[in-house]
Amino acid sequence: MEVSSRGMMTRRALLASVAGAASLIASGPVLSATKLATKARIVIAGAGAAGLSAASRLSQKLDGADIVLIDARKEHYYQPGFTLIAAGLQPKSYSISLTRDYLPAGVRLVEDSVAAFEPEQSRVRTAGGETIGYDFLIVATGLSLDYAAIEGMDTALIGRDGIGSVYAGPEAAEATGRLMAQFAETGGVGLFHRPATEMKCAGAPLKYTFLTDDRLRSTGMRDRSELIYAAQNKVLFSVPIVSEKVRMLFEDRGVKVRHDHVMTAIDPGRKIATFKTPSGPQQIGFDFVNVVPPMRAPQAVRASALAWQTGPFAADGWMEVDMHTLRHKRFANVFGVGDVAGVPKGKTAASVKWQVPVAVDHLVASLAGTTSTAHYNGYTSCPLITAVGRAMLVEFDYENNLTPSFPGVIAPLEELWVSWVMKKVALKPTYIAMLRGQA
Amino acid sequence: MKDLDPLVFVAVFQEMLGILFWPLVAFVVLGAVALLAVLIRDRGLESRRLVRAEALGILGGFAAIALMLWVTASNPRDLLGGPIDWLVTLAIWIAGAFGTTIFLYVMQSLLSARVRTVPGERDRVHTFKAAE
Ligand SMILES: Cc1cc2nc3c(=O)[nH]c(=O)nc-3n(C[C@H](O)[C@H](O)[C@H](O)COP(=O)(O)OP(=O)(O)OC[C@H]3O[C@@H](n4cnc5c(N)ncnc54)[C@H](O)[C@@H]3O)c2cc1C
Repeated sequence: MEVSSRGMMTRRALLASVAGAASLIASGPVLSATKLATKARIVIAGAGAAGLSAASRLSQKLDGADIVLIDARKEHYYQPGFTLIAAGLQPKSYSISLTRDYLPAGVRLVEDSVAAFEPEQSRVRTAGGETIGYDFLIVATGLSLDYAAIEGMDTALIGRDGIGSVYAGPEAAEATGRLMAQFAETGGVGLFHRPATEMKCAGAPLKYTFLTDDRLRSTGMRDRSELIYAAQNKVLFSVPIVSEKVRMLFEDRGVKVRHDHVMTAIDPGRKIATFKTPSGPQQIGFDFVNVVPPMRAPQAVRASALAWQTGPFAADGWMEVDMHTLRHKRFANVFGVGDVAGVPKGKTAASVKWQVPVAVDHLVASLAGTTSTAHYNGYTSCPLITAVGRAMLVEFDYENNLTPSFPGVIAPLEELWVSWVMKKVALKPTYIAMLRGQA
Repeated sequence: MKDLDPLVFVAVFQEMLGILFWPLVAFVVLGAVALLAVLIRDRGLESRRLVRAEALGILGGFAAIALMLWVTASNPRDLLGGPIDWLVTLAIWIAGAFGTTIFLYVMQSLLSARVRTVPGERDRVHTFKAAE
């Protein structure tokens, strides 16, 4: 009896695998059944996470459109990989690929950067002097890292004198990883912080604090080290329930927290960082620091009419878009997606995955003369690594609600192995599939 | 994730496994077809082969867990994060054990095919029907 029931199971498993294989073979790129015929000229500025996935989605939905993608950098960076590189778990090549590898058929790539946006004339000017007109524009230029705003800081310092910075790029992430590994052998003061501006992946500075703590424990140097996290305001994360959890975890790991500290200067020779605080400038010495610079909209956006003119997003020039449709509030034929969008929250690759389909749907509806009800709710996600092998799958929306993808299965505020596994093996493939418009 | 589309999973797996994707799919399909073929040929499961395959299948389950730990740079104690981690670990073990068992069973059956043509060999093949 036992044997025959096993025989049954085998056959059922076999049928399942045959059916699974059949569905695999049947699958091609996700194509919408009917494409909209159009001669529209669409310009996409920036070929990062948002720009490439917008290009892919538009080419899936439109037939005959003239789609131009503009980006001067030939390489594409998978930035969520920087954290793993800086933890010594991946080489820098892990985050580097070529934009051309993801370019959808029929989309023209202009290897130049946009120097000026002229939305009144519906055109952009490139640094190379080309003027490109459009019927619709999608701005996906990401953001710029303002290292110069920290006095004494220069990206050339990264990897020397205890100065690390995971954000600056794949090389910087790798150099920071080497420095962190050295620090874990000697111990000392590890200093972590975040800027007072909006930033991409606000969890990244926290993750790197946890990863350094973990490394010090594995080398046995944790009790000969002091870890300090200098928060820019009174909380550790913008979502209150997550902030509270991080507070508990920092307490558990013995990470000392300073509030209302904004880094203004760094002295590489003396290894001292200066912070602006309500009670005047404060200095903190370090043996290892992860510098996270202020972040702003790229210069071309900041200097254009596309930026917010008033309100909290005006100072750093974030794009004035509707927070639910990502359509520009004053120029109806312009959309802003990804990090450049002046919306609360949403500066992660995971947000891009939800923003781009919404913006594309509205754009296509405009071309078709219909309206779209697609709506972006602020979905933002950041697997908050708390040690090598553990993470919290934190997902939330504009309202600070937690929005778990697997409610009741993967607890968002627990340090779980499955959440780590997702970050380690599933996130990059999902990201790449997103670039290709398949996820 | 409002619209979890099975095609998204396929696309993600394709990216995850890269050039290994289609060879692995082919391997699984071939394994399934081969299993079906030997089941039809032998008119059921042969218990001795199955027991041998299952014994090694137990090890295959542990090998699958070890592989996952290696791929994810994790430590065995990370598997104890929470109930979902225990369940996922169990699922990985089951998948590894099942895969290994089927693979080894099929390999034994295919290798014994030649032997079967030897006269008198038929008697040594015990199908379930014969055994029961
Ligand atoms: C250290 C780190 C860790 C992160 N971790 C995570 C994570 O765990 N999960 C997550 O979801 N997200 C994470 N992110 C955030 C994620 O990488 C970004 O939110 C995402 O890449 C945003 O996509 P984007 O297209 O807006 O910008 P980008 O991907 O940065 O692309 C912008 C593109 O625009 C181009 N560009 C800039 N200016 C111009 C111009 N004037 N003209 C033309 N092109 C221009 C750039 O060359 C670039 O290619 C992390 C980021 C960092 C740095």
